[in-house]
Amino acid sequence: MPILSVRDLRVEIPTPGGIVHAVDGVSFDLHAGRSLGLVGESGCGKSMTLRAIPGLLPHPGRIAGGTVEFAGTDLTATSEAGLRKLRGSGIAMIFQEPMTALNPVMRVGDQIAEGPRLHLGRSKAEAKERALDLMGEVGIADRARRFRAFPHELSGGMRQRVMIAIALSSEPRVILCDEPTTALDVTIQDQILKLLRRLSQSHGTSIVFVTHDLAVVAQTCEDVAVMYAGQIVESGPVRDIFREPRHPYTLALLRSVPDVERVRHDLSSIPGRPPELSALPVGCRFAPRCTLARDDCLEGDVALVTDLVGRAVACLHADECAADARRDPAVVA
Amino acid sequence: MAAVAIGEQADVVARRRTLRQRWYRTSAFVAGLAIIVGMIAATLAAPLITSYDPNAQDLLHNYAHPSGAHWLGTDHVGRDVFTRLVYAGRVDLLIGFFAVFFPFCLGLVLGSLAGYFGGIVDTIVMRLVDIVVAFPFLVLVIALVFVLGPGERSIVTAITLVGWVSYARIVRGEVLVQKRQEYVLAARVAGFSSSRIMLRHLLPNVITQAIVFAMSDIVLSILAIVTLGYLGLGVPDPTAEWGSMIANGESLLTTQWQIATFPGIAIVIVGLGLSLLGDGLADLLTPE
Repeated sequence: MPILSVRDLRVEIPTPGGIVHAVDGVSFDLHAGRSLGLVGESGCGKSMTLRAIPGLLPHPGRIAGGTVEFAGTDLTATSEAGLRKLRGSGIAMIFQEPMTALNPVMRVGDQIAEGPRLHLGRSKAEAKERALDLMGEVGIADRARRFRAFPHELSGGMRQRVMIAIALSSEPRVILCDEPTTALDVTIQDQILKLLRRLSQSHGTSIVFVTHDLAVVAQTCEDVAVMYAGQIVESGPVRDIFREPRHPYTLALLRSVPDVERVRHDLSSIPGRPPELSALPVGCRFAPRCTLARDDCLEGDVALVTDLVGRAVACLHADECAADARRDPAVVA
Repeated sequence: MAAVAIGEQADVVARRRTLRQRWYRTSAFVAGLAIIVGMIAATLAAPLITSYDPNAQDLLHNYAHPSGAHWLGTDHVGRDVFTRLVYAGRVDLLIGFFAVFFPFCLGLVLGSLAGYFGGIVDTIVMRLVDIVVAFPFLVLVIALVFVLGPGERSIVTAITLVGWVSYARIVRGEVLVQKRQEYVLAARVAGFSSSRIMLRHLLPNVITQAIVFAMSDIVLSILAIVTLGYLGLGVPDPTAEWGSMIANGESLLTTQWQIATFPGIAIVIVGLGLSLLGDGLADLLTPE
């Protein structure tokens, strides 16, 4: 049984220009100890999906339909008090910008120790002990001194390590990561990703990883779901999908990533822009930008179809796309 | 945008550090602190400074001119003016403190609630603020004291009922800015309750501006107390209080000028000290 199961999730944001369907029927399963990457362009609804899981959508966004089942409980039907108990101890979150996500006037050690005191019922001394242990685990040297440091006294990488320690502090079963390495430079990014992966494996924690960076997904996740205009267009094991994408959008995304090992002369961008989420086109939402689009793509909504090996794709011409990908692989296997 | 926010965040802590490390180098802060601490020490040590009882009458020696025995002479019932001046400081400074402390607390609580919860709470609090702000400060305080009757308690109550609005506005504004910061979202994701987020996470980030304002507000409060005393709405006789001392000495300005003048000078010195302290604090707590 999956630890986290999202079914047909819909998120609406009422705006003066009409209702924006930021997330429009998203479904995925996250199994214990596994990590899932949610990828897509800015505004595709990946962050909204993530924020909807613990019930913390930014105002005035709201969940308009669907279920979010965590360990058998439907979170969309849970009271605020019930959600508060689950947050931190059941589901934790790591943010993009560790400077703003840490309280600037609180010592980082106290920030790590706060969760264990509240959720695990530790005494002050025990919580401090745990905080120091966690700081060691996330690779912070000179712990006693750093415990008393304020966030601005630490480097970006160090602050993100503190965020990870905070996320792990109350022994959650799922960690939601919202672009946790986007604000870091590449060498630090690599360290943080390896750390996250190692810790999630040793603690048996599942991870949902929201990012626009396919390289990060390749490095961190076992499964991937590609989102476009509020919907998942393709999902499945990272290896399979990167080797042979069956959705033209996935293929286009992969082809737009620069590759150091193989100098790609035809580094391509995707023409056009994603559709306005308040005025969606009829039919496949990617069709206006798709090189494989035919007339039938515009006729009606394209369903996400799951095949026998655990891959799902929402494209009428998936075979054609796969053939194209085989002819000119986007990723060196 | 993000970079600006980061800079500001860092500033908050940097400023706190500055306060701890450089307060003694800020001349305004040191001068203000010295004046206020000196004043408080003098009023607390009143029995050591003077041997008279501030309320002891000596009708045989009233209207005495300044002398070695009575440094500032005596008033119409023969009370030692210098002694009363020192003891009056206790009353005025103490009421002044409470007349800032209570509005500070009330404004902090209501401002935080309004800013954090928004919606109907915000509407109610801010409409109350509008009502209070519609009247001039002193007019409303005088009207309230008139209703409540004279005395320390009514003065503090009246100033609290009127003075909280400034704090509520300042704190609400700060909370509105701070609650959009990601660390508040992070605290919610961590499963912390609203009260915990407000007290432990937001409060330390919003309180600075209110503290700086309190320093200048205490001057206004003391002036209001003195004004009430002067108008006969203050602390009832025979308790010594600078405002009523000025009122009593006013008619004697041509013959016994010192009776009304020295309480006035004391008020000026306290005001000066508090202003310097406030300026110094503002310099230490806010960026250049």
